Amino acid sequence: MSNLSEALARGEFLVTGEIGPPKGTNIEKCLEDAEHLRGKVTAINVTDIQSAVMRFGGLATCHMLVERDLEPVFQMVCRDRNRLALQSDLLSAHVLGIENVLCLTGDHNILGDHPDSKPVFDLEAVGLLQCVQTLMEGRDMAGNELDGAPPFFPGAVVAPGSEPVEMQIIRMEKKIAAGAKFFQTQAVYDVDQFADFMGRVEGFGVPVLCGLVLLKSVGMARFMNANVSGVNVPDRLIARLKADKEKTKSGEAAIEIAVETIEGVKDLCQGVHIMPLGWDHLVPDIIDRAGLA
Amino acid sequence: MLVTERKPDEEILASVQGDASVFLVGCNGCHSACERGGAEDLPALAALLEGAGKAITGSTTVDFLCDKSLVRSRLRAFTRQILRADSVIVATCGVGIQCVADSVLKRVRPGCNTINLGGNHGTWGATERCAECGDCLLDKTGGICPITNCSKSMVNGPCGGTTSDGKCEVDRQRDCGWYRIYMRLKDLDALDQLKEVVGPKKHGNYLPSYDVMTGEHWATDAPVPAAAAAAGKEGDDE
Repeated sequence: MSNLSEALARGEFLVTGEIGPPKGTNIEKCLEDAEHLRGKVTAINVTDIQSAVMRFGGLATCHMLVERDLEPVFQMVCRDRNRLALQSDLLSAHVLGIENVLCLTGDHNILGDHPDSKPVFDLEAVGLLQCVQTLMEGRDMAGNELDGAPPFFPGAVVAPGSEPVEMQIIRMEKKIAAGAKFFQTQAVYDVDQFADFMGRVEGFGVPVLCGLVLLKSVGMARFMNANVSGVNVPDRLIARLKADKEKTKSGEAAIEIAVETIEGVKDLCQGVHIMPLGWDHLVPDIIDRAGLA
Repeated sequence: MLVTERKPDEEILASVQGDASVFLVGCNGCHSACERGGAEDLPALAALLEGAGKAITGSTTVDFLCDKSLVRSRLRAFTRQILRADSVIVATCGVGIQCVADSVLKRVRPGCNTINLGGNHGTWGATERCAECGDCLLDKTGGICPITNCSKSMVNGPCGGTTSDGKCEVDRQRDCGWYRIYMRLKDLDALDQLKEVVGPKKHGNYLPSYDVMTGEHWATDAPVPAAAAAAGKEGDDE
């Protein structure tokens, strides 16, 4: 079983991190980002052609983490592969030592750098979770028997800040029915809203890791508010980023805000998922200051 | 011309499992030309439902169910029968089913799968779209098509891209299809429907069989009956 599944089963409050493969073949920086997380996080998500911007592959990156004795969470989106390719890559992932799979629908092609590409969406997140489940049971989606079945620890995502939240919660229940064993959330900045959300879903009995995106600048906060559905950076945080430009630039403000958020959600959920977007070197400091080391 | 075929009996009966009474709507447009769902097809549908113990509160056909103003003016005469029914079954293409669903606050269920578009649609001038997927899901989505109304054609609910005003992050002028489906099912007090895991979709149905694309479903393409052809030769119809 993966470290992630075992730690969640033990009820520990844990941290997962995230790296994004590069645009090109120079993978060193991405692996360095992962090294910053060594010993600090339970597992590291590897994004899958994030934001529909063409990049180096997640399967290869996850395998490189396994080789370095770092535990990956293999993110899979449904935008670029039909059910044949998804199943095939899942079989490959198992043989390459990958245990955790995060099933997502994926951002639409129109929002990325190849807007004229053909969207696949043969399955969507719920269907992909069912697909993982089916493979684990030793069959493919057409019902054919597999010569070797892959055990996985499948997870999914949810956006607690999306309105109407009931719509998200119904879908979360479906993801659980389809086999999701853990959730990582969209970025949370409003602890009260997250507390409301957790109050409505804690009965589901599936661990939730609260998503944190490090705030790099005022521009980034405003961009997310305008363009990323379900993310709301409150004005007071934007004012803080504005007030001390040096602190914002150095990442000190991002660290402080992340630590405060962790303190706010610590008793509400089973961990945090930190999405540093390249600022992975700050993560150890956040974990230390939040007292999670 | 939208080519349709009756959904399998079991699928229709499963969709009305919780209903005691049903109102039937058929179309005399291209659907009727496929020899499915016009006035002559409704009695068979009624017999199927009555055989399963359902009461038929009434039935009617409209010339073009894709013309929403026509749908609304024609259905008005049947208001009481429609209100008495637990659901409405519409035996036509995906556009017609959605036009009816947008006109009555009832669970509207598809009687047909729309399998192919060949030629012009009827007089349809509204926003409803049908992808001719051959695997109609309108029964599960409040009569609003998730294939054509969701930019990712999701079948199990919205992605995280619904904006705070219920639009789609891919195109902010466009409504999030799943937001509309959610609101419609809420209005129908049928949100439980959303909890059913749907799919995976039968994408194989997108490719209509050669059989469907030729002759038999197309009135305009149908082979001239031998007797008529022979009569034509003799010049009898002059």
